[in-house]
Amino acid sequence: MKYAFFPGCVAKQTCPELYHSTKKVAQALNIDLVELENAACSGAGVVSQQNEALSDALNARTFAMAEKQALPIMTICSTCQGAFCRANKRLRQEPYRDKINGYLSGNGKNEGGYKGTTKIKHFLWALVEDLGIEELKKRVKRPLRNLKVASFYGCHLLRPSDALGFDNPDNPTSLEKVIDALGAEPVDYDGRTRCCGFPILLENENASMAMVSKHTLEAKEKGSDCMVTPCPLCHLNLDVQQPNAEKIARQKIGLPVLHLPQLVGLALGFSEHEMGLHKHIVPTGRVVEKAIGS
Amino acid sequence: MAEHTTFKVFRYNPETDSKPYFQSYQVPLQGGKTVLDGLNEIKGQQDGTLTYRMSCRSAICGSCGMVVNGHSKLVCRLQIAEVLKNFDEVVIEPMRNFEVIRDLVVNMDRFWDKMDKVTPWLVADEENVPATERLQSPADFNVIRDASSCIMCGVCLSDCTSLEVDSNFLGPAALAKAFRMAADSRSVDREERLLELSKEGGVWDCARCYECVQVCPKYVAPMETIMKLREMTLKADLVDNRGTRHVEHFTELVLDSGILDERRLPMKTVGLTDLKGMLHMAPTGLRMMLKGKMPLIHPHIKDVDELQRIAHKVEESK
Repeated sequence: MKYAFFPGCVAKQTCPELYHSTKKVAQALNIDLVELENAACSGAGVVSQQNEALSDALNARTFAMAEKQALPIMTICSTCQGAFCRANKRLRQEPYRDKINGYLSGNGKNEGGYKGTTKIKHFLWALVEDLGIEELKKRVKRPLRNLKVASFYGCHLLRPSDALGFDNPDNPTSLEKVIDALGAEPVDYDGRTRCCGFPILLENENASMAMVSKHTLEAKEKGSDCMVTPCPLCHLNLDVQQPNAEKIARQKIGLPVLHLPQLVGLALGFSEHEMGLHKHIVPTGRVVEKAIGS
Repeated sequence: MAEHTTFKVFRYNPETDSKPYFQSYQVPLQGGKTVLDGLNEIKGQQDGTLTYRMSCRSAICGSCGMVVNGHSKLVCRLQIAEVLKNFDEVVIEPMRNFEVIRDLVVNMDRFWDKMDKVTPWLVADEENVPATERLQSPADFNVIRDASSCIMCGVCLSDCTSLEVDSNFLGPAALAKAFRMAADSRSVDREERLLELSKEGGVWDCARCYECVQVCPKYVAPMETIMKLREMTLKADLVDNRGTRHVEHFTELVLDSGILDERRLPMKTVGLTDLKGMLHMAPTGLRMMLKGKMPLIHPHIKDVDELQRIAHKVEESK
């Protein structure tokens, strides 16, 4: 398994624990990651609000880099995955792709442009589809028994399904399959496919925080020890902003939120420190204790 | 063929029930029959008290919006077999974000109230009335074609994640209608509309969750129309608020280093002159810094010049 690795902006800055845990877990699973060090931000569906052609051109440039190496791209962010899949869907149409390739051409750096063949997979999809759930189970060294885990997919990994095309948006199962494979128990609750509120954090903070408290409290009520998310933007709202959500909800929440590779890493035998759990805002000690008894 | 499907249906009669409950029915239907066929089977053969709205059975009238296994659908265009691909039973609830009148029937006032707020008709030039119709080219109509397909079923409001936490939000249907009118080639009040839609509860309060795009039975893609309204507002350079600043500075920062600067973007979005806003963010920033979540040196990609060259070419082609 070899991928052109696109970590995205958040894993390089405000969630460094996501970047480092991904690298360690990939290595342990013999997943070869060739980082796209010269790739630009996916635009996150924000650049496209102002200039879709520019957003698609920057992404076509990234896709072409992976295409030249004949590698699929692997992302670790639902938002990047969504932005990439939507762009890739548009770029599969030839007249449009030609137009966008026209913006890339000119100084020999993007020779031939993008041919429209790059596959893009989130780490979660790579685990389920390429490594396989049975194989993942075999690699588990320390099953996370006793741990109840609530999945939180992130909107852009599920919808619109005609661009994403992996999980069923009404009843996704990939995260639950991974949680189960790691020996933990997936928790079923309504919030798992809903919005974390991050995109309106600065525009409508009360609404954004209401989303955080609604989903975290529901997950807690259903007995979850923690949440797990494949999206670092969800993590920023659900973990980093959780104290602010508590203030607005006038209620203690205290629900730890793990990045997907961190949860996998704990089951593979990595220590909490190796997985960067000390970098979270909501303390994760109770989860670690329950999961691995340390 | 006498296979049965379990229908678990939300029941509530405020005159007799102290709280809602679910009632299960065994429906002798499967396969290509619709969920609405199932409800009709229940009402006709098993329980005449079950109450719901329906009419055309052809996804035209927009009456039969309901929540099926967690997401909103028109039940006349949803086959039972489609549900059973992902679930063992069909669970039906009334639409969310609306008051329940009885069983699966909701009060749609909220939908119409929001629709009323966006002047849901075309405001054309009344001073120069043409002798014949006000014509549109096919190309002009294509801009608003999808947005014109709305049948006002309310399914998008039912699944709207912003409306769920902020009753002030205009919601996807009304904003799609606003786009349909503002982007109409014959409209003369585009700027007034865009200014109005940039106020609280308008286009900048959409959380971009894609629920409405996913559930709309007529492919209106309401969220996409909201993004187009944002683009129109930015192009017309009409508004300076957190929403517009966020988008503009996002693009600028990406072109600046290839990687979005997460320290500078919130400050630029809130605005350096908004001292209260800056102070409000300070505790969170400090918490992040103490946890090593704020790199001191911003990373950048090698070929930043290349991004700027591409941006220049895109700009030139306009």
